[in-house]
Amino acid sequence: MDLLMPVVNFGAIMPELILSVVAMVLLLVNVFLKTEQKAYLGYLSLLGIGYSLYVVMTAWGTPQTGFSGSVLQDNFALFFKGIFLVGAALTVLIADQYVRREECNYGELYPLILFATVGMMLMASGTDLMTIFLGLEVLSVSLYVLAGFNRKNLKSNEAGLKYFLLGAFSTGFLLYGMALTFGATGTTRIAEIAKVAAASSAVVQNPLFLVGMLLMAVGFSFKIAAAPFHMWTPDVYEGAPTPITAFMSAGPKAAGFAAFIRVLMVALPTLKADWTDLLWILAVLTMTIGNLIALNQDNIKRMLAYSSIAHAGYALVGFTAGNSIGTAGILFYMLTYTFMNIGAFAIIILVGKKGEPNNNVSDYAGFGFKHPVLALVMTIFLFSLAGIPPMAGFMGKFYLFSGAVKAGYVWLAIIGVLNSAASVYYYLRVMVFMYMKDPTEQFDWVKMTVPVFITLIICVVGVLGAGIWPAYLLGLAQNAMPF
Amino acid sequence: MIAIHHYLILSAILFAIGTVGVLVRKNAIVIFMCIELMLNAVNLTFIALSNHLGKLDGQIFVFFVMTVAAAEAAVGLALMIAFFNNKESIEVEDFNLMKQ
Amino acid sequence: MDSIFFYIVAATAVISGILVVGCKNPINSALSLIMTFFSLATLYVMLDAPFMAAIQVIVYAGAIMVLIVFVIMLLNIRIESGKRYMHTRVMGAILGAVVLIETLYVIMRPASQNLTGGKGPVDAAMVLNVGHTELIGRALFTDYLLPFEITSILLLVAIVGAVLLAKRKV
Repeated sequence: MDLLMPVVNFGAIMPELILSVVAMVLLLVNVFLKTEQKAYLGYLSLLGIGYSLYVVMTAWGTPQTGFSGSVLQDNFALFFKGIFLVGAALTVLIADQYVRREECNYGELYPLILFATVGMMLMASGTDLMTIFLGLEVLSVSLYVLAGFNRKNLKSNEAGLKYFLLGAFSTGFLLYGMALTFGATGTTRIAEIAKVAAASSAVVQNPLFLVGMLLMAVGFSFKIAAAPFHMWTPDVYEGAPTPITAFMSAGPKAAGFAAFIRVLMVALPTLKADWTDLLWILAVLTMTIGNLIALNQDNIKRMLAYSSIAHAGYALVGFTAGNSIGTAGILFYMLTYTFMNIGAFAIIILVGKKGEPNNNVSDYAGFGFKHPVLALVMTIFLFSLAGIPPMAGFMGKFYLFSGAVKAGYVWLAIIGVLNSAASVYYYLRVMVFMYMKDPTEQFDWVKMTVPVFITLIICVVGVLGAGIWPAYLLGLAQNAMPF
Repeated sequence: MIAIHHYLILSAILFAIGTVGVLVRKNAIVIFMCIELMLNAVNLTFIALSNHLGKLDGQIFVFFVMTVAAAEAAVGLALMIAFFNNKESIEVEDFNLMKQ
Repeated sequence: MDSIFFYIVAATAVISGILVVGCKNPINSALSLIMTFFSLATLYVMLDAPFMAAIQVIVYAGAIMVLIVFVIMLLNIRIESGKRYMHTRVMGAILGAVVLIETLYVIMRPASQNLTGGKGPVDAAMVLNVGHTELIGRALFTDYLLPFEITSILLLVAIVGAVLLAKRKV
């Protein structure tokens, strides 16, 4: 009976390890804290996220594989890990005020956010279909619980349940795709799938291989909420607690893209002609449907949900391009999208009341007169989402569309620009209400707390900085290609 | 000796039945049971292919799929219980609190 | 002889699958699903995977289905009432037929039978000699160690979440 020692390299999963350990410590500390003291868990989790972010930054430039090729921590993974950690930190900062107000201040919120982030980081650095799948499931199960977190609120229950059913359904498709790909190539390691497919044309022509790719694409499309698989996503965004909606719109979408990019570009480059066509259709459908339906939404959370569907469509344009600028554009866009979206949701949390009766766009009437600074901050985020220079949104869309043009998809870029122009309408509508309508409320319950203040500063700096001086971030993104 | 495509066809049939069930049924628990049927069809695919190719990767994957199904079952049923505590039914028709 | 047995078990699986989707009473659906699990476990034994068959019965039929039946009883789910919209049933049936025909067409093409990727070392003789449990154990704790550890985090999250959502008083 010989003893086989597994190949283990903890350095490759150090950020995940740190966050997991911190989350488990939080679960223990939570037992000893009273409800008013749960904010300490938030501070501890911020420390953990900070340390993890430091490890990510120092690991830049030196790729490491671990666990017999199950994970690979290259620049691509590190960039995305940075995005997830930033998103988690911002969510933790804005969550406290909301859960206090809604009286769902359970301490498990913070460990669950950290575990979701661990799942996302594993998705980004996984080089085995199994690791990607398990990271996806850790993320999804945490999110099912987080979406239904406000257990006394019927809307939150419904959001959690709908998200669960939708998520489990899409997992079925993703798994069937992985099964057929395994059948066609005989392995689940991404690098080996590519090798086997490149070596033998019988594999590439095997219909099972193509169907496997299609089903995996369907599964991932559910996760990034691409049309026509976006069915219940706006309901989930509307019903979930607002900080969780902010978290869901930024991190998991980026994680879905990270896994999708790795699987399609690294594992299946032999099928590039096929998946490019598929992505073209998905991009056009997603942008158009997202923008069209967002045009007549009253509820601001729902409007931002449809807008996030449209933004996934813009990122898909860059994905269709498949070249270096397009993919770097996706990375750049995901990071800046985190800033602008979580910032917008932070303002929504401030303006909201207990039980969320005033989430309609018309409830923002006159906000600009009562709180001019906050309205200005919201305007910056809305301009960035709409893609108006000099904000980060404009630069991101510029890179994505120019990548598409460079790869020859001129019509796709034109459709993207038209959609972006159309989206300006519903973002500007909020600003019209804020600045040009008479106030119906006094907005005196809007209380700025220190954590939300810090969040808004970080988001504004991120959005303006990436918009005015995008070269640094773009350089990082271009250094982070997975191929 | 049973050829591999018999198993693949069987799992495709089960997967299709599960998908139709998710789209047609209204009761949340029955929808969840149809999802479990879909996952089992995938498990059958994995094990059949693993046997045909003579590798264990597929069976290890099945191991993890079963664990994931168990975890999802726990969380999903807890969500249904929480929903039920607030509102006394779990028909999908009643999931219409949010304007479509 | 082998194929007759396979067809019987496969037919059982398909019929109980259809019953899962078709029964009005959720308890009948649950029982049919258990029947499906047992047929699949039999198929796993035929595919030289006895350990997976045992795990299938223990985890799926033994744990998950018990949980589901428990929740159905707890929530006292009635037989599905309300009018059944005819058009959704027809649409569902058409969709199922379309998906099925497409999949069968793909699978029956001769190119699909040509599964390459190399034949590995594990076959019925090896499973008999070395023992399926040992083979899986070896693979699980050496090559697939990280997914195994991630699973433990997944189960922790599921437990925390389930307790948080369903406890009576938090």
